[in-house]
Amino acid sequence: MMNRWLPTVNGMDWKRVFLERRSLVRMSKDLGRKRMPGLLRCFLLFVVWGLLVASSSDAGYEYIDITNPYIKKIPVAVPRFQNINRDESGETIARDAAKLLEDTLDFTGYFKVIDHGAFLEYPHETGISAEKLHFRNWTGIGAELLVTGGVQIQDGDLLLELRLFDTFKSKLMIGKRYRSKPTDQRRIIRKFCAEVVKLLTGREGLFDSKIVFISNGTGAKEVFICDFDGYDPRQLTNSKRISLSPALSPDGDHLAYTDYARGKPDLYIKNLRNNKTWVVDQQGVNITPSWVPGTFTLAATLSFSGDQEIYLLTGAGKMIKRLTRNWGIDVSPSFSPDGRQMAFVSKRAGTPQIFIQDLQTDQVRRLTFEGQYNTSPAWSPRGDKIAYASSKDGRFNIYVIGIDGSNPKALTLQTGDNESPTWSPDGSLIAFSSSREGVERIYVMTVFGTDQRRLLALPGAQTQPKWSTKIDNN
Amino acid sequence: MKIKVFKGLLLMMMVSAMLMTVSCQKKQMEVAPEPPVAQIEEAPVTETAPPVVTTGEDDAVRREREEARRMFISEDIHFAFDDSSLSSTAQEVLQRKASWMRDNPDDAVVVEGHCDERGTTEYNIALGDRRAQSAKAFLVDLGIASSRLSTVSYGEEMPVDPRHTEDAYAKNRRAHFTIK
Repeated sequence: MMNRWLPTVNGMDWKRVFLERRSLVRMSKDLGRKRMPGLLRCFLLFVVWGLLVASSSDAGYEYIDITNPYIKKIPVAVPRFQNINRDESGETIARDAAKLLEDTLDFTGYFKVIDHGAFLEYPHETGISAEKLHFRNWTGIGAELLVTGGVQIQDGDLLLELRLFDTFKSKLMIGKRYRSKPTDQRRIIRKFCAEVVKLLTGREGLFDSKIVFISNGTGAKEVFICDFDGYDPRQLTNSKRISLSPALSPDGDHLAYTDYARGKPDLYIKNLRNNKTWVVDQQGVNITPSWVPGTFTLAATLSFSGDQEIYLLTGAGKMIKRLTRNWGIDVSPSFSPDGRQMAFVSKRAGTPQIFIQDLQTDQVRRLTFEGQYNTSPAWSPRGDKIAYASSKDGRFNIYVIGIDGSNPKALTLQTGDNESPTWSPDGSLIAFSSSREGVERIYVMTVFGTDQRRLLALPGAQTQPKWSTKIDNN
Repeated sequence: MKIKVFKGLLLMMMVSAMLMTVSCQKKQMEVAPEPPVAQIEEAPVTETAPPVVTTGEDDAVRREREEARRMFISEDIHFAFDDSSLSSTAQEVLQRKASWMRDNPDDAVVVEGHCDERGTTEYNIALGDRRAQSAKAFLVDLGIASSRLSTVSYGEEMPVDPRHTEDAYAKNRRAHFTIK
């Protein structure tokens, strides 16, 4: 199905490149590990080893350092794809697929897409492979990366060739040929973009992820789901009442949420494959479900005892044990990636604040001290930070804080109410709801608060986004 | 949304029902003015047949009972921001609720806890739960059987006043009582 080109090693001055753009070491390592036959791999590994020895002080910069908020975006050019057979059906795809690829790369926040008006050559006319390209035409306009593509329709199938070049090195970094149904164009583009991002950052999981959220456009609050980039929104519930707090299970097959279908807030766990549903409908509230990473267990707040406490439940809603023990509100659990600690909101200190409980020792410590109203904790996939919503002077903003309570920092400011932060599974983006344009909608930003943009707009208001934790390798 | 529409319809039906009973009473009074009163004075012996006046009394009692019931449903108790404790005003209202519940021992009551739109959706459901529960606990302390009282929290989902003003927020931070 997939045919891979072998990268051509063309005797570049590796050391020079390394010193100029240190992240390339990591690229060559990746190439060496995954895509090369033995001899070539040995050669590259040797080169890499040599470089590491030669300048060990640079060894820390393996990937693009996305923890650095001042990271320079990588300038990338994505010219129109070549319609190889010059037929009509290929023409639209050649144009649309290139635009889609450009948009998809842009969405990640790592790239600066170069305006087509600046282009000096047109690969869709002159050719898309290395020997047909003049890389100086691309370095000359500041493009460090170049993506070219070729489109063919063959026996009703779409054949898409995609290449990623390092323009300064005149080097092919990724070359792929995909064959599929023409309707799978978007999937192919995402697959390729996933490879590009993984090569450059070492991270994966974004392009297969989904976001569940609440929308009230039907006149009732229902759970919806969309792709990571807002594409293909679909309605998942139809209770025509009030649905809240959706959360996809780590296997991606189950949706936990709160629903007033029976007149009060009950916890529903629905198998999305066969619609089999478990309901936790104890007296009082049954709310704020959150899955424990990598398991089929979840935590939720139940108040059948007369007090709102967090309990650990099986994926089928059976009680395992009570987690919090404190008179007063305890809600909104969020687990560390290893599942050993739980952040949650408690009123035990008088105002809603975020606390962290160690699930082995049951020790609890307070995380947030600034402000009178800190809620909606979301533990980062890397484990080092917690995003939350904080209210000051009647306005909500998204903050990020170290798990040791260090350095709380606002990522949104003076733009309506910003609530319900949720991390992308690769830890590079945060989605949240905001009323900055009036009605509440879902927005996305980088984890540094840059590149804030709307994810999608459906009829009505959209709130409570929750990113899937699933990492699907297919 | 649906619930709101339903509630609105219910309210309209109740109001129109009440209006109808009021207008019926008026008609009765107009048709039969003086004579019945005289009749009673003339025939006080027959316990079995004092029809007109007793219905008149029934009407008044029923009206009073309807009014008490309407009051019970329409009078909310209110809370401070992020607070579920009962103010002295709220406690006075709850005393009245308790006395109504003592007068109507067959009725069961749902205490709804509500919040204003500020604050977090999830936290507000818990806060609404606490508000409903603290109202219920107070009524139980006043001797109302807890089996007659259930609670439901709507958090910030069902504001009574949709505006974004302090005034509206104050109205929305409430416990509302409905009769099952």
